[in-house]
Order: sequence, then structure tokens, then C-alpha cells
Amino acid sequence: MGRKLLTEHINVEGIDTLDVYRKHGGYRSVEKALKTMTPEEVVEEVKKSGLRGRGGAGFPTGLKWSFLAKPEGVPRHLVCNADESEPGTFKDRQLMAKLPHLLIEGMITGSYALGANTSYIYIRGELLYVLRILEKAIAEAYAAGLLGKNILGSGYDLDLYVHPGGGAYICGEETALLESLEGKRGNPRNKPPFPAVQGLWARPTVVNNVESIAAVPVIVNEGGDEYAKIGVGKSTGTKLISACGHLNNPGIYEIELGLPVEEFIYSDEYCGGIWKGRELKAVVAGGSSVPILPKELILKTAAGANRLMTYESLSDGGFVTGTMLGSGGFIAMDETTCIVRNTWNFSRFYHHESCGQCSPCREGTGWMEKVLHRLEHGHGRMEDIDLLVSVAKQIEGNTICPLGEAAAWPVAAAVRHFRDEFEWHVTHAKAAAQPGAVYPGTLVTV
Amino acid sequence: MESTAVKPQFSEAAQAEIARICKQYPDDRRKSAMLPVLHIAQAEFGGWVSPEVQDLVADVLGVKPIEVYEVSSFYTMFNLKPVGRHVLEICRTGPCMLRGSDELTAQLERITGAKVGGPASEDGLFTLKEVECLAACGFAPIVQVREQYYEQLDTPAAVDAMLAELRNQVHRPALPWEENGLPNAVARN
Repeated sequence: MGRKLLTEHINVEGIDTLDVYRKHGGYRSVEKALKTMTPEEVVEEVKKSGLRGRGGAGFPTGLKWSFLAKPEGVPRHLVCNADESEPGTFKDRQLMAKLPHLLIEGMITGSYALGANTSYIYIRGELLYVLRILEKAIAEAYAAGLLGKNILGSGYDLDLYVHPGGGAYICGEETALLESLEGKRGNPRNKPPFPAVQGLWARPTVVNNVESIAAVPVIVNEGGDEYAKIGVGKSTGTKLISACGHLNNPGIYEIELGLPVEEFIYSDEYCGGIWKGRELKAVVAGGSSVPILPKELILKTAAGANRLMTYESLSDGGFVTGTMLGSGGFIAMDETTCIVRNTWNFSRFYHHESCGQCSPCREGTGWMEKVLHRLEHGHGRMEDIDLLVSVAKQIEGNTICPLGEAAAWPVAAAVRHFRDEFEWHVTHAKAAAQPGAVYPGTLVTV
Repeated sequence: MESTAVKPQFSEAAQAEIARICKQYPDDRRKSAMLPVLHIAQAEFGGWVSPEVQDLVADVLGVKPIEVYEVSSFYTMFNLKPVGRHVLEICRTGPCMLRGSDELTAQLERITGAKVGGPASEDGLFTLKEVECLAACGFAPIVQVREQYYEQLDTPAAVDAMLAELRNQVHRPALPWEENGLPNAVARN
């Protein structure tokens, strides 16, 4: 069993209250940072920790912090991205609902490091019940002098607010999130300027995922070097994995980076294997945007090495034989899963969620959905399969934000690894269109 | 859309909540309160935001009505047409589909008589809406009703329990700034 840096106390009764949270060591990082460290020293520890953005992109958090512009007299902001919407990902919701004070602590320490005096948590609108939990916890923190003026007598002031979205996946993209926070449609902005220079209300802004901010307290308490000792290579620390799909024990697991994928899937300590005694067929390892891999390639790399839960190991082989750790949204599919239907479902999602600004994404996601729909419903043609790959290629790299790629990658990967099954949908169109139809080529136990 | 004879007004409690929220943003950035105020409006006026209610939101925020319309039509949580007393938002995305969301949708259509995307059920109690990923994939399949998540609805008993609870819920649960919850009107078809 690995170390749990974020979730050690998640099941303690009353841990959502300030008193219990403090009894378990809560808010130590605020005392340490505000009373004994300069903001620059806090940034330095986060850099040393090797912490990488936990929302999906994996960009080093400390480096992102160091890019923040600091023009004289202009307020700057830390904005927490709690717009968790990547299909397969549900870690932030649980973390915030059960450990609201951990995020608040991270926001205080992080805001201090960045010199922000007003910070926001942008939470997806569907999670209004979690917003209520956070606001209650924030009120407790104000009452205890951990927020507001002159925090713990340090002279540092911080106001912290929670802001709800309205139902739009695109607002997880940081510039769309900022537009949304300004009360507008969530259309991503052209970059540059980057948010670090012109973000919220054109002020310098850092946007970080919930889990990234929640890792700041332990990094400050134990030191960046200690944190970096956990994990493998450039994948340091722990990661929350949202395990779902056809698993015996779906749920959220905090793992030390470096855990073998096979152990994660089959060990009773984690997912406990595939449900109903069935065989694993495929995994989407990092949220719906990342390439799907068949069983052989998720358990071992093309070179035959054990696949590990790290940024590097999961992307070994590039997109030809690898995938990405992404957000840690781990979707397992058993042998009866129809890959075409699943790919169509994801395409429908991206078409629905495209903001419509860029033609390649607005039109391309619709075309992919339409072509996949007809393949799944018995009207596909053999040339449709290459058409999908061609449309995916033309979206990639031609849009303002990464939603285009997020829509293209899963389609391209599904065709790459499961072309036989796509072809079967054309050659056996009538059978494939039956509700619950199963491609016989991958059945093992059923 | 039929026009309301009386201009809608926020209750005093909602007005106080809106004033609290507006203080979270700089004075010259009142528009930032758009989404939170739209949520309050939807809770206050029967589960949807009519053009008149959106005009009221524009008034409160000091923006042009078009600035509200373009936002309310972009975000999927805002209902632009009247809804039944309870809006059941069924997650249809991949991980939920793997655990039976298609079957759940069919079951809810059969029991309530409402159709996804269509008008409310004949008794006015239920509107069915399919939505994308609700970030609870490990507890699939899922339905959201206002601020409540109903999880692991993969047995008839779980679905029945949810519907029974909702049938008994004439008033929606009170929000933090309210003494009592307000009812959604029973929709007229």
C-alpha cells in the first residue's frame, strides 16, 4: 500500500469541519508559509517537488507559477479549476466534498506564494452541492482568522470565493474558464497573451486544478525534495485515479506514481479485476480524450516492459502504441464492449461540447459523430473508416484550444487498434446494429 | 413564448443573496455574477428562466438583455422552456453507458411517460433530460435532480426509491438563504 498524501484522513468522521481537520494536522502549511517563508521560497519548494498539473496536461506547477507576471500595482489572482468534466474523471468532486479544508488550505498557501489577495474556486455548476460545502468551510476559515485581513497576524490578506459554472465541458480549458468567470460564454481565448500575463479581467492569473492545489500543503510541510522522492523519474508524488467502467471496485484511489497498471487493475487493494469474471478488452487510461489501448498494450509497452502508472510509461510508444496519464480518469471495458458504440458516444460528447468558434472542431466533431452513428447503426461503408481518420487529422492542430485534439485522438486510436471491429460493423451491418450486439472477435470467456 | 402579465421580482432573501454574491467581484465587474445569479433565478422561478426572468437578471446586473441571452443559451443547465416539477438529468456519457445508462433512460421513459427532450410527463411531475458527464463515473449510472445526485441506479429498486422520494417532494429543498424551499410549478402541457 502506497503513501496517501492527500486522502489519508478522507474517511475520518467530521473531517469536513475545521476543528477535526486541524486536529489531523490541517492548516500547518499556512502557518509555516506565512510565518517562516517568503513567497519565493514557497514557489521554490513547489518547483523542487516536481509536481505536475493534475488536471490532465501535466505541466510542471512550479514552473507555471514562476511565469506569473508581477507588474506594479496590478492585482493578480489564483483561480482553482474545479470544472471537473472530463468523462471518466471524478476525483476532484470527492476530494472537495469530503476534504473541503484541504483545498482551502492549498488555496491560501498558493495565493500567498503568488501574491494574490483575491482568489476564486471555479466549480462546475452541476456541483452546486459541493459549492455549499466549500462555502461553509470557507466561512469557518474566515471565523478562525485563516482568511480575510492579516491572516494569523502575518500581514497577509486573502479573500476566497467559490464561483459556479453553468454546464459546459469547455470551461475546463483555462481561458474559457476565465471568460466564464467574467460572466460570458465559455469561448477559449487566443494565446498569447497567456493568463499568466493577462488572465482574469486582464490581470495576471494562475489557473490550477483542484488536485494540484491540494498537493501544495504536503509539499510545503515536508519540503519539495521529500515529495519528489515518491514516484518514478519525472512522475513525482501521488495521483488520484478515478477508476470506472467494468471493474469490480470502481472508485477513487490515491496511488504512488509508478504503480504497475496490471496491479492497479487486478489487485484487490485497488480495482479488484474485471466484473462478472470477464476478460479485459480495452482501457482509456486518462479521461476520454486520451487514446484507447487494447489489453495487451495497456498492460505492457510494445517493447514488452510492464506499463506503469506514470506520465512517461503510459505515453511510451507515442500515439502508435501508447496513451497518456491525462486526468487519471481510468475507464476499463470488458470483452463485450462495442468499441464503435463507445467511440460514437465519445464523439457525440465532443460535438455537444464544442463551443463552435473554430470550424474544424465545430464541423469536424459533427462529421465524426455522424459517420460513427451510421457505422454503429448498420449504414456504414468501408470507406467511412478512413474518412474518420482523415477528419480527425484535419481537426488536430487547427483549433484555438485542445478540445479539437481531445475529440480527434480517441477516434483515431479506436480505428488504429480496433480496425477489425469497425470493418465487422460494415460487413455484418445488420448483426452489428442489433441492440447489445457484441463483436465476436474479442470474446474470450462469454 | 407567452408573456407574463406581472414582471417577475426576486424575493427579499434572493435579493440579499445576490447582493452577497456581487460583492465577490470588483465593483466594475458586476457582470461576473451572471452564472450564480442565473442559478438563483432558475431556482426562484420554477426551474426555468423565461425571457422575462432573463431581463430581470440583466436589470439586476446592469447589463443588456442580450448579454444574458447569449450566456443562458450557451450553458446546458439553464432551462429555456417550462419544465415539470422535477427535472431528471440522466448522464449518457461513456462510463455511464458502460454501466447501463441507456437502459436507465428507457426505464425512466416507461415509468414516467415523459420522453427525453420532450415535454413533462402528463401529471406534470417529471421532465427527462439527457446530459453529458456529471463527474461521478465510479457510481454510474447517475441522475441529477437540482443539487442532488442519485447514484448507482442500476436496479429497479434504486430507481423506484428515487422516484418515490421525488413524488413526495412537493417543495424543493430550501437553499442556504431560504427558510423554506419553493415548489416548481406543475408544468401544463
